[in-house]
Amino acid sequence: MDLRYSEADEQLRAELRAWLAEAVPAHGAPPPRDDWPARRAYDTGWQQRLHSAGYAGINWPAEFGGRAASATGELVYYEEMARAGAPYIGHNFVGIRHGGPTLIAEGSDAQKRRHLPRILRGEEVWCQGFSEPGAGSDLAALQTSAVRDGDCYVVNGHKTWTSFAHTADYCELLARTDPNAPKHRGISWLIMPMDLPGIEIRPLPTLLGESDFSEVFLSDVRVPVENRVGAENDGWRVMNVTLRFERGSAWASDIFELREFLSELAGLARQRGGWENPALRREAGHLAAEADALWALMKWQLAEAVKTGVPGVGGSALKLAFTELNQRVYELGVRLLGRAGLAREDIGALPCARIVDKFLNTLSLTIAAGTSQIQRNIIAERSLGMPREPR
Amino acid sequence: MDFQLSEDQRALQQGIRSFCDDRYRFERIAELAREPALRDDWQALAGMGVFGLRLPELEGGVGLGMAEAAVVFAELGRCLAPGPILWSHLLAALIPGAASGETLVGGLDCAHGGADWSGRGDAESRGAAPVLIESGAELDALAVLRGDGVHRIDGPALAAGRKVGTPLDPLTPLLHLPALPQGERIADADAAAKLRLQGAVLVAALQLGIAESTLELAVAHAKTREQFGRPIASFQAIKHFCADMFTRQELARAAVYAAAATLDDPEIGDPTRAAAAARIVAGEAAMKNARQCIQIHGGMGYTWEMPPHYYLKRALVLEQTLTPTDTHCETMAACLATGG
Repeated sequence: MDLRYSEADEQLRAELRAWLAEAVPAHGAPPPRDDWPARRAYDTGWQQRLHSAGYAGINWPAEFGGRAASATGELVYYEEMARAGAPYIGHNFVGIRHGGPTLIAEGSDAQKRRHLPRILRGEEVWCQGFSEPGAGSDLAALQTSAVRDGDCYVVNGHKTWTSFAHTADYCELLARTDPNAPKHRGISWLIMPMDLPGIEIRPLPTLLGESDFSEVFLSDVRVPVENRVGAENDGWRVMNVTLRFERGSAWASDIFELREFLSELAGLARQRGGWENPALRREAGHLAAEADALWALMKWQLAEAVKTGVPGVGGSALKLAFTELNQRVYELGVRLLGRAGLAREDIGALPCARIVDKFLNTLSLTIAAGTSQIQRNIIAERSLGMPREPR
Repeated sequence: MDFQLSEDQRALQQGIRSFCDDRYRFERIAELAREPALRDDWQALAGMGVFGLRLPELEGGVGLGMAEAAVVFAELGRCLAPGPILWSHLLAALIPGAASGETLVGGLDCAHGGADWSGRGDAESRGAAPVLIESGAELDALAVLRGDGVHRIDGPALAAGRKVGTPLDPLTPLLHLPALPQGERIADADAAAKLRLQGAVLVAALQLGIAESTLELAVAHAKTREQFGRPIASFQAIKHFCADMFTRQELARAAVYAAAATLDDPEIGDPTRAAAAARIVAGEAAMKNARQCIQIHGGMGYTWEMPPHYYLKRALVLEQTLTPTDTHCETMAACLATGG
C-alpha cells in the first residue's frame, strides 16, 4: 500500500510545474465561446506548446512521438495540468485521447505516418462519428452505410451529438459495411476527411445554448478504402482497442478540479454567508469525503492496471461515481449562489457564469461515454457476473 | 507508488479470512446471538495476533502498521465477529493483558458517547445521553476516552450496570450504567486523540467489511432466486442496485486503505482528513449496502433466520462507535475551509 510518488515522478512534477508557470500565463485567456476559429486556434496552439516542450501525447509510446510516461507519471501530468489551470484539451480530445491511440494500435504504417505527428503537433483536429439518432447506448445498432465502389466506400447516413464537427479535419467514423452480418460484426472504422463533398454539418445547440454539438449528414460521401483502419467488418473491435491506453487516470484532472472547487465553495460560503449553516457544511464535507475517496480509488485502479497490464473493469465504477458526484457538487454550488444563480453571468463579485454553466455542463457527464445506466449494466455483468442484457 | 495490497498483506488477508471462515461461520454467529462466548474467541483472536498486531515485536506484538490492521479489521467486519475487538486492539499498548487476550478490554468515547462526568446519578434525567457500554458485563477493563486523556475503569466497578434485555444488535450486548464510575487516568489527551484517529480508520475498515459481505450475499441471492421464471439478477432494477453497492464498496475500500496508509506515513497526506473521509464513505457503504441487501432478499430479508439483518444492526452499532458521521463531516468541512 505505497502511496508515495517515485523520485522520477517528483522530478517530472517539478519540471512540469516550472514549465506550466510560464506557459499557462503566456497562452493567455480563452477566446469567447462562440468564436469557433479562435477556439480551435487556442486549443491547438496549446497542443503546439505541449509538443515543443515534450509533453504531447503523455501516454503515447515514444516511437510515435509520445512522452511514454509511466502510469504514475501520467497521473502527475494530469494533476499538474489541473493545478496550473492549464487550457482544457478541447479540440485535441478525440485525436489525442481516442483517434491517435486507435491508429497506434491498429493503423497501417502509412496512416500512422500521415496522422500521428500532425495530431501531436496540434495540426490536425479530429471528431468522433459514432452516435446516431437511433444508436446511442445501443451503438452497434448504427445504420450509416459504407458500400464499396472501386477504391472508395460510398457513405450514407446521419451522425449526431458530434463535438467539434464544424472545426475538425478528420472524423473517426463507424459505418456498416455488411448489412447482413450480426450487428457487431458488420461495422468498419474509417478515417473520413471532413472536407469531402456530401458532408453537411448542422449545429445542434446544447442545453447551454452553445453549438458544441452538430448533426452530420452524409450523402454519397466517397471515403477511400485506404482510410479504413483494421479489417473490413472488424470496426467494433478496433473501436474498443483504445481502452488499452486507458490506465484509469483519464479523470485525474477532473477529480483534482472537483476537490479544488469544493475548497473554493467553502471559501465562498464563508465570505458570503452560508457556512454557518451546519447542514450546508456537512453536505460539503460529505461531498469532499467522496471526492477524496475517488482520488484514492483512481490510484488504486491505476496500480491494478499497472500490475495486470489491462485496465480494471473498475473503470466503470469510477466513471459512475465521479460523474454523479460532479453533478451533486456543482448543484450545491448553484444552491449556494441563491438567487444570483438565476443568472448565467457574474452578479456582483459572484462567479455565477462559471458555476452555473459548469453545473449545466455536468449533466452531459452521466450521458457521454456510456450513460450511468450502461455503466451499471457493465458493473453488474462484468464485475458481479450477473446475467447479460439482450444485445 | 503501488496502491495495492502487498504480497505480505495479501497473505495476511488470506490467513485472517480462513480463520474467520472457520470460527465465525453463520451457524455459529446465530448461536452467539443467543449465547455469547467471548472468552473462547478472545484467546483465538489473540493467537491470530489481532490485538497485538501493531505492538512492537519486542513487546510481544506482531509489529505491523495501520495498513495491515485495516486489512484485518475489514475481514472481521465481513464475518460479523462479535465483541469489543476494536477496543482490545486499540488499547494493546496501554492496558496490560489486552494484547494477549487475558484482559478483555472494552471502551467508550466520552466526547461522543454521551457519558456524564458529574459523578451524579441523575444525568440521564437531565437530558444527558445514556451510558451504554458494549459487552459491558463481560469486560475486565473499560477504557474511556475523555478530553484530558484515556481513563481505565476496572470491570467490577461496572457492577451497578443493568444488562439491556433487547439490544439492537443481538451480537452486541449492552450494559446500561446510571453513571460512569471514576477511573484511573492512564494516558494523556494526545494519546486519546490518537486512539480516536486510529479507531476511526478501523471502524471504517469494519464498515468496509460489511459493505463487501452484504454485496456478496445480495448478488448470490439474486442469482439463485427466481421470479417470473428467471433469476431476479437478470432484472435491471436488481442489477443497478448491486452496481451501486459495488461502487460504494470500491470507494470505501480505496478510502479506508488510503487513510490507513496515511496514518502509517503522514507525509503522503493529512491523517485527520483521510480518516474522516474513510469513516464517512465506509459508513455510508455499510449502511446502504446492508439495507439494500435486505431489500434484495425480499420477504426472506425481513426474517431473523437470514443473515442480512445482522449486518444492518452491526452497521448501526458502528455508526455510534467513536466519532459519529456528522462530526467527521464537520472535520472535512473544516479542512475545506482551511485549505487542508
